[in-house]
Amino acid sequence: MAKWRWDRFFDAFPFIWDGLLVTIQYTVLGSLVAYVLGLIIAVIRRLQIPIVDQVLWAFVEFIRSTPLLVQVFVLYWVVRPDLLGGLSIDTQRLVVGVTALGVHYACYTSEVFRAGIDAVPAAQWEAATALNLPRTRTWTDVILPQAVPRVLPALGNYTIAMFKEVPLLSSIVILDMVYQVKTEYAADTGGAGPEAWFAVGLTFLALSYPCSILVRKLERRVEKV
Amino acid sequence: MSSNFSIYLDRVLEGLPFTVWAAVGGIALTVVLSFAAGIAMLSPSLPVRFVTRLYVEGFRGSSEVVQLFFFAVAIPIFFGVSLGATAKGLLVIGIIVLGLNHGAYGAEIVRGAIRSVPQAQVEAAIAVNLSPAQRMWRVILPQAVVEMLPSFNNLFIQLVKATALLSFIAVPEVFKKADELRAVPAFSRELGLIYGIQLVVYLLIAVAITLIMRVLEWLAARRVGRRPKRASIRLSARVGV
Repeated sequence: MAKWRWDRFFDAFPFIWDGLLVTIQYTVLGSLVAYVLGLIIAVIRRLQIPIVDQVLWAFVEFIRSTPLLVQVFVLYWVVRPDLLGGLSIDTQRLVVGVTALGVHYACYTSEVFRAGIDAVPAAQWEAATALNLPRTRTWTDVILPQAVPRVLPALGNYTIAMFKEVPLLSSIVILDMVYQVKTEYAADTGGAGPEAWFAVGLTFLALSYPCSILVRKLERRVEKV
Repeated sequence: MSSNFSIYLDRVLEGLPFTVWAAVGGIALTVVLSFAAGIAMLSPSLPVRFVTRLYVEGFRGSSEVVQLFFFAVAIPIFFGVSLGATAKGLLVIGIIVLGLNHGAYGAEIVRGAIRSVPQAQVEAAIAVNLSPAQRMWRVILPQAVVEMLPSFNNLFIQLVKATALLSFIAVPEVFKKADELRAVPAFSRELGLIYGIQLVVYLLIAVAITLIMRVLEWLAARRVGRRPKRASIRLSARVGV
């Protein structure tokens, strides 16, 4: 049995802190893309335009059934050189990271939004028609204000899930917590041992667990309404 | 079609056994841990519930990539085991992490399904004098399993996708094998095709799992005397947390 070294545990935190800000940045930006894009996909699918609906269905199922890691690499190594070649490398990584997270989770959130839209009673659609509201206003004034609050807790869960998936991006040199420990800390101390990885794990737990509890509280409140 | 297509396909197929073993092993461990932890969370004993909660929240709350690094680094150092030296040893570590992580999610599925069995069923089982073990095994679980299967389908597909993460600890699975081709200049121009083959492989595994689970759903529903629901074409929503 090797000995646990507390100094190596505590030394990891300055590196974790540097990476944490990056991890949070990607989580926030990725969530924004996922929510907006997810809502757009859900609304378009609800319009039930033939072909378009099938194409979106196939896209959503494809993205959900394949690993995010492979999607990140496709964007980084295949798409990036052609489309983003002119930007600085940091910007390229930002765009790739946020797009990968955002599009992947948009395919999940679109299903959540869809369930929320379906949960709005049919009478609401009829009432809007009876009032002679135009279609856009039916959506913006009647349906979405009722659908979106219902799905907020589920969206919160996806944000937490995304927070835990950001470490994937360390593989394309995005300087998140895992990259910091694996590379920077390891270079300083000659290898990242179990103590440092335990510290990263605890940091994830310390941030995501309180968020899960908040989301659960929110869920209960939404259920009561 | 590129003339190198067969080279790429061979490379991906070389990694396929590792991916499949990781998935199968991970699923087996997930099922065992899910049932153990799910039932333990409903135990009347507080210490049992506390320890199980610790396991479930610990693994659900932290990142899978970090867990992989932790286990790949910590197990060899602390227990002096040299699992990390061989591809098979690394695969074993990968399976353990996949199972522990997804077992934590599965525990909630099992717990939820058991609690959704109507209380009257439990009372009926007590009325006909079944022991607690018989009650669980013969009355509650067969009904709960029907509820669990769709959620387990989602969880297993998530697990298959997570096998790509094993490339981080150098398990030579599909993603790792094909990604190595990036170093060869002639091949790196056709990365789109290489990754495309991989995506199709993962998709096929996911579809295979869904088909198997559909059959199991049908069998389980029939076993408890319910009319099997007509399979909907849409795969049900996969919830991440």
